[in-house]
Amino acid sequence: MQEKVKDAPGSEFQWIGTRPVRPDGVDKVTGRAKFGADLAMPGQLVGKVLRSPHPHARIKSIDASAALALPGVKAVVTRDDFMDQPSEFIPAGEMMINYRDVVRNVMAREKVLYDGHPVAAVAATSASIARRALKLIKVDYEVLPHVIDVVEAMQPGAPLLHDDMITAGVEPAPKTPSNVAKRIEFGMGDVAAGFKQADVVIERVFTTKPVHQGYIEPHACIASVSEDGQAELWVSTQGHWIVRTHCARLLGWDVAKIRVTAAEIGGGFGGKTVVYLEPVALALARKSGRPVKMVMTREEVFRASGPTSGAHVRVKIGARKDGRIVAAEAELKYQAGAFQGSPVQPGAMCAFAPYDLENVKVVGYDVVSNRPKVAAYRAPGGPIAEFAVESVIDEVAAKTGMSGIDFRLRNAARQGTKAAYGPKFGPIGMVETLEAAKAHAHWRTPLAKNQGRGVASGFWFNIGGETSVSLSLNEDGTLSLTAGTPDIGGLRASLCMMAAEELRVPLDKIRVQIGDTGQLGYNFLTGGSRSTFSSGMATVEAARDVIKQACKRAAQLWELPEDAVEYKDGAVRPAGPNAGKHAPMSLKDVAGIAGKTGGPIVGYARLNAHGAAPSFATHIADVEVDPETGRAWVVRYTAIQDAGRAIHPSYVEGQYQGGAAQGIGWALNEEYVYGDDGRLQNPGFLDYRVPVASDLPMIDTVIVEVPNPRHPYGVRGVGETPICPPMAAVANAVADATGIRFTELPLSPPRVLKALGEARGNGQAKI
Amino acid sequence: MLNLRQINKEACDMRYEAPSSIDQAVALLASASGEARVLAGGTDLLVQIKTDLVEPTLLVDIKGIAELREIGEEAGAFRIGAAVTGAELKENPRLKAVWPGVVEAANLIGSTQIQGRATMGGNLCNASPAADSVPALIAAGAKVAIVGPGGRREAPVEDIVIGPRRLSLTKGEIVASFLLPAKAPRTADAYLRFIPRTEMDIAVVGCGVCLTLDGQGTCTAARVALGAVAERPLMVAAAGAALVGSKVDGAALATLDAAARAACRPIDDKRGTKEFRVEVAGVLARRAAQIALERARKG
Ligand SMILES: Cc1cc2nc3c(=O)[nH]c(=O)nc-3n(C[C@H](O)[C@H](O)[C@H](O)COP(=O)(O)OP(=O)(O)OC[C@H]3O[C@@H](n4cnc5c(N)ncnc54)[C@H](O)[C@@H]3O)c2cc1C
Repeated sequence: MQEKVKDAPGSEFQWIGTRPVRPDGVDKVTGRAKFGADLAMPGQLVGKVLRSPHPHARIKSIDASAALALPGVKAVVTRDDFMDQPSEFIPAGEMMINYRDVVRNVMAREKVLYDGHPVAAVAATSASIARRALKLIKVDYEVLPHVIDVVEAMQPGAPLLHDDMITAGVEPAPKTPSNVAKRIEFGMGDVAAGFKQADVVIERVFTTKPVHQGYIEPHACIASVSEDGQAELWVSTQGHWIVRTHCARLLGWDVAKIRVTAAEIGGGFGGKTVVYLEPVALALARKSGRPVKMVMTREEVFRASGPTSGAHVRVKIGARKDGRIVAAEAELKYQAGAFQGSPVQPGAMCAFAPYDLENVKVVGYDVVSNRPKVAAYRAPGGPIAEFAVESVIDEVAAKTGMSGIDFRLRNAARQGTKAAYGPKFGPIGMVETLEAAKAHAHWRTPLAKNQGRGVASGFWFNIGGETSVSLSLNEDGTLSLTAGTPDIGGLRASLCMMAAEELRVPLDKIRVQIGDTGQLGYNFLTGGSRSTFSSGMATVEAARDVIKQACKRAAQLWELPEDAVEYKDGAVRPAGPNAGKHAPMSLKDVAGIAGKTGGPIVGYARLNAHGAAPSFATHIADVEVDPETGRAWVVRYTAIQDAGRAIHPSYVEGQYQGGAAQGIGWALNEEYVYGDDGRLQNPGFLDYRVPVASDLPMIDTVIVEVPNPRHPYGVRGVGETPICPPMAAVANAVADATGIRFTELPLSPPRVLKALGEARGNGQAKI
Repeated sequence: MLNLRQINKEACDMRYEAPSSIDQAVALLASASGEARVLAGGTDLLVQIKTDLVEPTLLVDIKGIAELREIGEEAGAFRIGAAVTGAELKENPRLKAVWPGVVEAANLIGSTQIQGRATMGGNLCNASPAADSVPALIAAGAKVAIVGPGGRREAPVEDIVIGPRRLSLTKGEIVASFLLPAKAPRTADAYLRFIPRTEMDIAVVGCGVCLTLDGQGTCTAARVALGAVAERPLMVAAAGAALVGSKVDGAALATLDAAARAACRPIDDKRGTKEFRVEVAGVLARRAAQIALERARKG
């Protein structure tokens, strides 16, 4: 089964950089792989959620007696089944959470705050009984005025979601509550002085719509709780340890009572880093005494699971005639949804990160409104701010007479640049991606009629975090590798390759699995582009631990000091003066003596992975616009990004392509449409338009490798950066094609056609 | 609000019947006490049931009725059974050659998988203003044969849908077949729709055009129909008239564009704004007319 295609012949590596078939591939293409909804248990019930039809209402009462009386209904839970939680912010991946809000998002308490907010849930013997039971639950609502738009939500007099929300970060603290949860500000230098030196200043206001992660697999789980309170949960998630923490907290159970197993996951993109169904399924399972399975419909996914923020962003950039940026300023207003915690902070930090600047100021606002609470979505916050900044950069570049690439090269962050958000960059690949773009044939290919070309760069931090991995040497010399970060994009292949590289064993001698929460120490979730970086680091450490133990056992057998033995080319051998004294022992041989030399050999690594390094990207997009209908589509696309080192290039390329595809959807058609009644009108893939395969060209990729010195193989995270440049790349291409600068996403046909009409009216349209 | 008794009743009461003749189907539908529905491909109906939009108590599956599954050619005219799928139309080389616009319209529906289920009868009787095959059928001058408790009758396709989810059929009536008339020489049709993506989308505007040329290339007859720009698919006589007597040149196309726009009475919704639909209706009418013109010139 093993396909081994060396990318770079003569490379120092045996496995790193090759493209073997992924270990989870066969199960996925044959249908054996079990995703969230594929697990079934004897006696299982179907759990369904009753959701609010109102965007904002006070819950006066909930009467579930008629539902409970329906034959086949085994349990109903409401707000009364979850204890209230104190207000306290704790870091959760790339976002912060507050359990006071989490418990209210899982099950509404005093008020419903968005169309689709859960109000009650039932467990019944069939789906149709569960659905009918939902209709029998009587909820008495006092409907309240609602607010959807972020700018309207910030106005004095806007309907208030939380009576006690006093804007944080403002001195002196406001006396009255508002929908603005927080104001942040940071920067460096003197922006006003900087703008005085500028020959060119461009200032624009942008708006973006909330967009959904659009994972193909809806949220799904199955929970079982025994009479003595031992709970099992199988779930499609990006982090089962996190799910365990949240559920234990919300239900008031001991962490050790809950064992969580991560099913195969059909996409997450950040959206499966929070809990929705899981605590509800556990509560229903405990109440009914039966396993409870819950699967969201697509409509529920759209109405009630996290999109990322829509936003309102002002960006102002000044540059000298010679192309050097002298000042940059941004103001970001991000929708958080019903509860505070939008990714405005990372958005603010990303905004100008690709550039070496002296004078920067960024102000951000976190604003609540009657929409589902946002969840992480690939580089949370980054794409929005970077869309605005990269659009303005494009205009400033044009005014200085430089190409987009040359202008960015002139201002690019390099090793040693102090980023506006604080740190000094180590080795980074921003310049390398720009140079690769400039050298790419795409950049020089002539455009056809009605086409334009756009370029944009992007940045994401990437994170490390708590990680545990174990690697057991089996009795026949094969190895079992257990990691704890769910595999979303080829992780198991990459971990296997790193272990095989360390041990110099054939890839198929290692079987890798994602362990459950009972099998390993704590693992933070798969997010922040951390899993290949962190679990890879732990895998290398675990493999080195196996090597160390193997050497020790052989030394023991040979009666040599430990340091007189080395591990080379897949075998333990006497080293130095003792070289050749004993025949080398393969791992199989070592496994054979494990029992009598001290028992099983198991490598283990538990660490907090430090040294995550940012990844920069530059994308080039060619877009064609139909002058009569306003339809814009991407005809050619190239994504260039620094991977540090690509362990498995195909999965790195897959990340670049996937990020580009999602970003193109964000740019062109994706948006939430709310009616005047505050209800979501397009909760499905028919009218929430993610690109389909035929909408996209083949997305070309270039992997740039500027190794991360803090990782044994030089890995940077690659999963999030690729969604940062596409919106600006596409908008810049549309500007090139039409002569019109679009500041409002998506660039849907009605919007483009209207702007074309207006521009023709004043002679500004190029087509 | 539904009460418990009603709900319990519904739970056990969805009846499924698969008759083998039209008469049996009509009898079942006519005698049903609750909400009865014809089930063809189910690509609309099953979705509506799953999302609680409709809660029928009787489903009458018509796919087992042989007569409704056939395509027949009678003296240059085609009779297409109401339960024939889009994929089956495409596999009929004669039909594809004679009525390319109709066949293309039916095969814009959904995806390959959907086209294998979706029927022409279902597309019409779902009564969506945006149904793709309907403007193409109207432009082609198609008629439907309707069978009901009162017997058989015929009506032009444009008379069937009277509003969103509303048909001119009476209780117990089903659409049995479509009749595409024998074509005059140098007659050809075309259908275009506008969607923001390339597939898996619902028409924001749809336009069917069928025109006839004389030996000199002058248009002697033209029918133009629009979808998704009003509460039902529209037959736009003025748009057809704009082409008649012309060589389908720039001036005639401009008149056609204006007439198509004038006929629109769309709404603003999640799929597009009023002004967008009106403007694009004119664009598609011109473009579809040009395709039909090319085809008519070829024979
Ligand atoms: C993913 C997807 C994509 C789609 N894309 C498109 C698209 O691009 N364009 C488009 O136009 N539609 C589209 N549709 C809608 C649907 O596929 C079409 O309308 C299809 O033609 C319906 O045919 P059916 O046989 O499946 O109808 P059914 O669902 O079986 O029936 C639809 C309705 O018509 C009634 N009915 C059916 N046959 C008869 C009859 N002979 N007499 C009386 N009443 C009858 C039924 O009772 C029901 O009310 C899409 C649907 C899906 C699920």
